[in-house]
Amino acid sequence: MFIKNFDELAKIQASCTTALSGKFSGEGNKRAIVLCGGTGCLSSNSADIKAKIEAKLEEKGLTDRVSVNLVGCFGFCSQGPFVKIYPEDTLYRLVTLDDVDEIIEKDIIGGEVVERLLYVDPSTLEKVTKQEDINFYKKQVRISLDGCGVINPEDINEALGAGAFAGLAKALQMDRADVIKEVLDSGLRGRGGGGFPTGRKWQFAYAQPDGEKYVVCNGDEGDPGAFMDRSILEGNPLAVIEGMAIAGYAIGAQNGYFYVRAEYPIAVNRLRLAIKQAEEVGLLGDNILGTDFSFRAHIRLGAGAFVCGEETALLNSIEGQRGMPRPRPPFPAVKGLWECPTIVNNVESLACVPYILRNGAEKFAQYGTEKSKGTKVFALGGKVNNVGLVEIPMGTTLRELIYDIGGGIPDGKKFKAIQTGGPSGGCLTEKDLDVAIDFDSLVAKGSMMGSGGAIVMDEDNCMVDVAKFYMEFICDESCGKCTPCRVGTKRLLEYLEKICDGKATMQDLEELEALAETIKAGSLCALGQTAANPVLSTLKSFRDEYIAHIVDKKCPAKVCKNLMSYAIDPDKCVGCGLCERQCPVSAIIKTDYVAPGHKLPSRKILDDKCIKCGLCMSSCKKFNAIEKK
Amino acid sequence: MAHLNEAAVAKINEICDRYAEERTPLMMILSDIQKEYGYIPLEVQEIVSKRTGLSVSEIYGVVTFYSFFSLKPKGKYIVGVCLGTACYVKGAQQVIDKFSELLGIAPGETTEDGMFTIDALRCIGACGIAPAVSINGKVYPKVAVSAVKGIIDELRAEGGAN
Repeated sequence: MFIKNFDELAKIQASCTTALSGKFSGEGNKRAIVLCGGTGCLSSNSADIKAKIEAKLEEKGLTDRVSVNLVGCFGFCSQGPFVKIYPEDTLYRLVTLDDVDEIIEKDIIGGEVVERLLYVDPSTLEKVTKQEDINFYKKQVRISLDGCGVINPEDINEALGAGAFAGLAKALQMDRADVIKEVLDSGLRGRGGGGFPTGRKWQFAYAQPDGEKYVVCNGDEGDPGAFMDRSILEGNPLAVIEGMAIAGYAIGAQNGYFYVRAEYPIAVNRLRLAIKQAEEVGLLGDNILGTDFSFRAHIRLGAGAFVCGEETALLNSIEGQRGMPRPRPPFPAVKGLWECPTIVNNVESLACVPYILRNGAEKFAQYGTEKSKGTKVFALGGKVNNVGLVEIPMGTTLRELIYDIGGGIPDGKKFKAIQTGGPSGGCLTEKDLDVAIDFDSLVAKGSMMGSGGAIVMDEDNCMVDVAKFYMEFICDESCGKCTPCRVGTKRLLEYLEKICDGKATMQDLEELEALAETIKAGSLCALGQTAANPVLSTLKSFRDEYIAHIVDKKCPAKVCKNLMSYAIDPDKCVGCGLCERQCPVSAIIKTDYVAPGHKLPSRKILDDKCIKCGLCMSSCKKFNAIEKK
Repeated sequence: MAHLNEAAVAKINEICDRYAEERTPLMMILSDIQKEYGYIPLEVQEIVSKRTGLSVSEIYGVVTFYSFFSLKPKGKYIVGVCLGTACYVKGAQQVIDKFSELLGIAPGETTEDGMFTIDALRCIGACGIAPAVSINGKVYPKVAVSAVKGIIDELRAEGGAN
């Protein structure tokens, strides 16, 4: 099939839509099994589970009545792998190879739900059959994740059935300036971290004289804890391709480049396949849909440098250079890739564009706050019950995110902080939980949206240790171009190490703060200017923890090894000797004391020998006699 | 790879040919060489220099900038322990320490028998299954410290067998 004009596209879309809804509604008495094929679930064996399901269907002679395919990420990663069955819409979670026989025999053949594989709501302990009834999904609104977990990302027909390229078709029948106006009116702001209005960026590039121009999609998602770009590319790559083509039409570019992390092989393969399929049907290439608009998409891979997420560093990397940022101005919209006007948009931003064109700016802008419209995807992780990807309207509160969607903190622990915005962001605490999340409110509270990483910490996390962790990351990833960042981050890290080792003085703390401010003021790019944020934001909310390390020589969360110790409660110790055998440095010995009611002498830990590996404590789960002090 | 054999030279030329039509293809060429041989020594950079017209110093600068490119060969199994935030707060440091202890090498090093290299990875985006370990592209979910020995034993048995 080759789609020559708008009418043909509309016809094909209509027939694909009929086919797709037929698949979901069980037309012709057929059933469909879909499995999560995101990176997380694939590493939990979903591909093998799919193969086993196929073999089993073959064995039972059911292949013409039941279809099987992988889909993109369901988002609820801590409950994966998922298997969903249409038309009943039954969702099975935590499925293993051993469950396949039962799913086929009981559900597919017997028509009965396999109760034990259903999600159990932890608060009501009730079993939930359908995805939409799970609390995790209830407050979500899917715009950029639309299609992820629903359509087959390797089949363009399913994407077309779900409305793909209707946005491009509409754009191509509009004036270029009107396309930009639509995006401006939607209020879409850059989802990669900066929050710069996407339409404004396009306007700048549009205003440049005609000639060679480029659209670059930033898929160098490097913030630790963020994986929404990967999931979108894995789950619905054509939406991003369509968004890129619309951007290309709007600014007058003929070529687009995807810059994707080499760490994302599945995303890259699906993207490559999607580009090929779009070219085959004429939705990429020369004279798209019979218009005079021609556009091609290319892929370039990163090679493991965090700084390449910065747009000018990314352009240098595509140009085959070290990924070091360029001074701005000139901005890429004026002088970007190969010195031509270029817009650099994040994956998630581009994924929103087709929706905006298809449904109109107003529909998008109905979600969100006054200055931040639409939705945002967060990668919720760390110490929270429901780990995964969530897309929520801007203006949702952190409390809703952590407790209603995230299901709260595991093991009855106390919430301590949520880190948003990755290493460049900051930590927010209990008192900030009712803040409505948007670009500006998070900045006002001393953090930022960033690309949407949201890592929850509980009482067991030491905030100085967390700051040290981020600083190690930044120090490692500093490109080395400007001195404040290159030397400053190393010095910051040294101060933090000193504090965690219990060797710092209050003078060091003062110097740490002064240096942090200097790095913020003096660095070249956004990475450097925000490099000190982990220190500044933890200092703002957790200064007492820093002081406890420095003055009292104590780590309140009992994380920093030099400032804590393990001890055996002699009355709880039954004298089994398991810890003594586990200890790698023979730091545990027998005492003369036998606790009342016990038969064997209790053990004790020699502090000067102990390396604080914690093996003893994990070996004593049964009696719980070992604690951190 | 002190002296490159003919097959290697031909292969590297072939990789350069793949991207003859591309503008500024250096990163693509280096990625393919890294994937093919596991490292990019100076002799190889010299060939790439001749083919692309870029100076060796420029290429060396790029090779040493990106963490995916390596000047030295790596082990048969590259044990990448994710030290991203989500994995870190779930104990990834203890996991990588255990690999170091059992293999007797620090992160970034390769065992003498050429079997294992340990790499500390930045977030690989598998936060839902933290702590995650990626070995030659296969991701091991929720790796406990106690599971490390089993993983090494399994790979040794598999690696020794072929």
